[in-house]
Amino acid sequence: MGLFNTLPTFQRGIHPGDFKDLTRHLPIERMPFSAELTIPLSQHLGAPSKPRVKVGDTVQRGQLIAEPGGFVSIGQHAPVTGTVTAIEPRPHPTGRMVESIIIATDPFSPQTFYNEHPMDWEALSPRELISLIQHGGFVGLGGAAFPTHVKLSVPEGKHARFLIVNGVECEPYLTSDHRVMLEEYDDLFYGIRILQKILDVRQVYIGVENNKEDAIEVLRNHVPDDMACEVIALETKYPQGAEKMLIEAVLHREVPSGKLPIDVEVVVNNSGTITGIGHMFRFGQPLIERVVTVTGPGIKRPANVRVPIGTPLTELLNFCGGITDDTRQILFGGPMMGAPQARLDVPILKGTSGILCLTENEINVREEYPCIRCLRCVDVCPVGLNPSRLGALAKSRDYEHMLDFHVMDCVECGSCSYICPSNIPLVQRFRVAKGLLREQQARNKAS
Amino acid sequence: MLILTALGALGGLTVVLALLLIIAYKKLQVKEDPRIDIVEEMLPHANCGACGYPGCRPFAEALVREEALPGKCTVSSDEGRQQIAAFLGVDVGASEKQVARLACGGGINVARNRARYQGLQSCEAASLVSGGGKECFWGCLGLGDCVDACDFDAIKLNAFHLPVINEDKCTACGDCVVACPKDLLSLHPVSHRLWINCKNLEAGDEILEECKVACTACGRCAMDAPDQMIVMKENLPVIDYRNYQDTTKPMERCPTGAIVYLHPQKGKITGPKARPVIRTSARTDAPT
Amino acid sequence: MEKKIELLLSSSPFLKQQEDTPAVMRQVIYSLLPAAAGALWFFGISALLIMLTAMLFALLTEGVYNKLTGRANTLRDGSALLTGLLLAMTLPPGIPLWMVALGTFFAIAIGKLIFGGLGSNIFNPALVGRAFLQASFPVTLTTWVAPGNGLSFMQWRSAAFTLPFVREKVAAVSTATPLSMMKFEGQLTPFKALFLGNSAGSLGETSALLLLLGGIYMAARHYINWRIPTALFATVIVTASALHWLNPETYAPFWFHLFSGGLMLGALFMATDPVTSPVTHRGCWLFGAGIGLLVVVIRTFGGLPEGVMYAILLMNGVSPLLNRIAQPPIYGDPAKFKKNEAHNE
Repeated sequence: MGLFNTLPTFQRGIHPGDFKDLTRHLPIERMPFSAELTIPLSQHLGAPSKPRVKVGDTVQRGQLIAEPGGFVSIGQHAPVTGTVTAIEPRPHPTGRMVESIIIATDPFSPQTFYNEHPMDWEALSPRELISLIQHGGFVGLGGAAFPTHVKLSVPEGKHARFLIVNGVECEPYLTSDHRVMLEEYDDLFYGIRILQKILDVRQVYIGVENNKEDAIEVLRNHVPDDMACEVIALETKYPQGAEKMLIEAVLHREVPSGKLPIDVEVVVNNSGTITGIGHMFRFGQPLIERVVTVTGPGIKRPANVRVPIGTPLTELLNFCGGITDDTRQILFGGPMMGAPQARLDVPILKGTSGILCLTENEINVREEYPCIRCLRCVDVCPVGLNPSRLGALAKSRDYEHMLDFHVMDCVECGSCSYICPSNIPLVQRFRVAKGLLREQQARNKAS
Repeated sequence: MLILTALGALGGLTVVLALLLIIAYKKLQVKEDPRIDIVEEMLPHANCGACGYPGCRPFAEALVREEALPGKCTVSSDEGRQQIAAFLGVDVGASEKQVARLACGGGINVARNRARYQGLQSCEAASLVSGGGKECFWGCLGLGDCVDACDFDAIKLNAFHLPVINEDKCTACGDCVVACPKDLLSLHPVSHRLWINCKNLEAGDEILEECKVACTACGRCAMDAPDQMIVMKENLPVIDYRNYQDTTKPMERCPTGAIVYLHPQKGKITGPKARPVIRTSARTDAPT
Repeated sequence: MEKKIELLLSSSPFLKQQEDTPAVMRQVIYSLLPAAAGALWFFGISALLIMLTAMLFALLTEGVYNKLTGRANTLRDGSALLTGLLLAMTLPPGIPLWMVALGTFFAIAIGKLIFGGLGSNIFNPALVGRAFLQASFPVTLTTWVAPGNGLSFMQWRSAAFTLPFVREKVAAVSTATPLSMMKFEGQLTPFKALFLGNSAGSLGETSALLLLLGGIYMAARHYINWRIPTALFATVIVTASALHWLNPETYAPFWFHLFSGGLMLGALFMATDPVTSPVTHRGCWLFGAGIGLLVVVIRTFGGLPEGVMYAILLMNGVSPLLNRIAQPPIYGDPAKFKKNEAHNE
């Protein structure tokens, strides 16, 4: 970090160290199919998908097994050829029971691919392309799992001028996007062309942090001549991968509070998502597998693995040599925003960018001290909030007052909790407060 | 002489100001039904909102306008409500006392934890972290958000970290119902004493590994209940309170103790536990 | 997995920087050490006894209070120790030890604990203790002894062991501080004596150099907000220079204000106390500037030769207000955006 660093970045933020050396240089490997896969009908934000198969049906790899349950919803596909054995609630990584389609893999099937999408995309209208992406089951692969087609559907009267490809991967430990950019840049640029057509934009930026120099190099060397695409090396800083922070870093624009990137003429999409879209239009394969970084000191063989969606967590851990005896936490996602798991029989979802196994040594449960208002949280909050003040309000349960201090703009990146010398669980408090405030607003609206 | 001037000046001022006050009182007086004050005085001043009005005063206004009946106040005693009704010359109205009931029996003595939760000691916060670590997805987390929400000191955690509701103190204001992130609390007439003490939607004896007092959806209660008082829905018995009879029979038939009888003196009582039996036929909605 | 492992559920983030509040307190204490060493050099064993007494009674007061009220043990957070040391640094070397003990008790009990302990107090506890002593024993607190050097370490400078409330038998060989010499006699102390600390004053306020060393270290490591001392110094320089320019005869030049009295100690170690200073950067600029202005005003126009203590305590009281009016704009602030729009059109 430096006084004289000229690489673009956003304001504030933290430098937690990247811990990516465990898997940075490991090529993506393919995982064998498990005997049974669980496809939850909601693994995205929005309405659950509607099943289109019955118990006992035989399904083929890539076949649509659930339709979008609304506009903000997506299709689901069979990741394997096999038989539907049940449609019932199953444990889900969020800690709830979620209606899921269970598929038993056919052990004798060659697992050839079932193709139902037309290839000639240039003849299609943007609207048709968006529908294909929705039915292809695409969500943001960075972690939030927001349906991609919703982001691509520009509202009436608004226009996108820039497409930003989010190749930042600012979460420590994770390297899945990094490996995908290195190995599958062809699909990425193909996907960018499709998004350019849908959004009618010319200028594309690919934002990559400078801790992935090989990826920056490869992408720069392979930008097609006829594409107005610039690969931008960014200073490594967390949370640069947050949409709003990336827009600030690349274009020096701020998205107004409560508005969307499209309001400043920008659409941001994760590089992995765009690669997947490119892959679908090239080869017809919808989103039935994704690259997951399995890493952390608690895993015996860290790896970047291409995993069929719905593979049980246990199987994936076993594929990577199993976990060590002193593993105490298993996270879906990275260490800053990931979700700890209580059980190992949950499936890998479309939004699972990494599995992080932490041991006794990494567990940070420390004594909490009173807030001494040292301002470090104010210095790091990427949104410019005052976490110290918000934390005090949350502690006294003055949730409504927190609205005046813009708690709803909090992106829950965890920078304030990371930096706090008094070990105050700030983000957890904000998460609770935001949940309660949202509930209250819903109640007020209802009554 | 000086003293007289001062006295005169001050005295004059007093008279003028007093006159102003009198005029203001007469001119600016708001005509208000005097009964509102009296009725408000008769109400319990809890301002709990259980009646559906923002507080006791708005409720008193509604009572005087005869838009509401005194029975809506759940905090007053029976005599109190009758007194108001007599004063206003109206019916008491439905006055069945309601109380909050918890649909979980899984204290730490019977229900297992899958993972250890560490962090803010609040159910709301814990439920956001992968559900809170309890084996049972539906069960009470035992961190006492309902206790904090209760303004009447009616809820206490027992030794097994399970909230116990004091029926005498509970005013059915509904604050705890809102506070529970697992939606385990609901308001029920106090006379409904037969109670399904579980919300788990899974069927089969496997659930007993997670919680010894879980409902396994065996369906015996539904089969043996008089007048089809109990039906099975989504792997849980549901009491049809239209046919409610004050009986302990279904409770005695329950093999796990998931059905309880809330005795006014003895508290929660369960039947002698039979060996768990799965009856697949009984898992469907209607008893056969 | 055959083995049953108990997984831990806690809330993200799972990475954490290592330095906690006790570590920060320790670092601030370390930063005070050069100045404390300076105090030992100039004032010898009296200084040592005062510092030890203050720190001991600070710990004792907080420990006993915790016991009595059943609070958790808070001694380990190091804030009591720091308050004790800071208070000692503001006291004159000739003060009897029982006054030190009483002042420390007041600082910890009334300055901090009754507000709810660390993080809840409005006023800087060390300065509360000092203000209490100043009000109760004005003569003792303004009786100064001339500094010595390391060679006269064991030399007694006052009746340190006087019994409580007994009039001191031996009056200390008193001398005047640079500030009172300036105020009452119009006599300017040379720059070198001020900067190195070879002048009369409280234990820790004589050597600007040693204090600056600690202050620069803290600012570089982000233990203090550099904006507060910067704003303070800048305001003092501007106002003092303006006065000096108007009338060089009566008004001292800015360097005199900067390096004399408790200004360095106050600016670097007291005003920057995070608990009692504002929580926004804009607020900190205003806070520092306010103190600087008040210091010059009190020193120049007030009845007292020194004003740093009252200036800081006054601004401590204002800092909740500063928090209110100096909220920084958030990312994508609607107001900011509206302005940009107007600008574009």
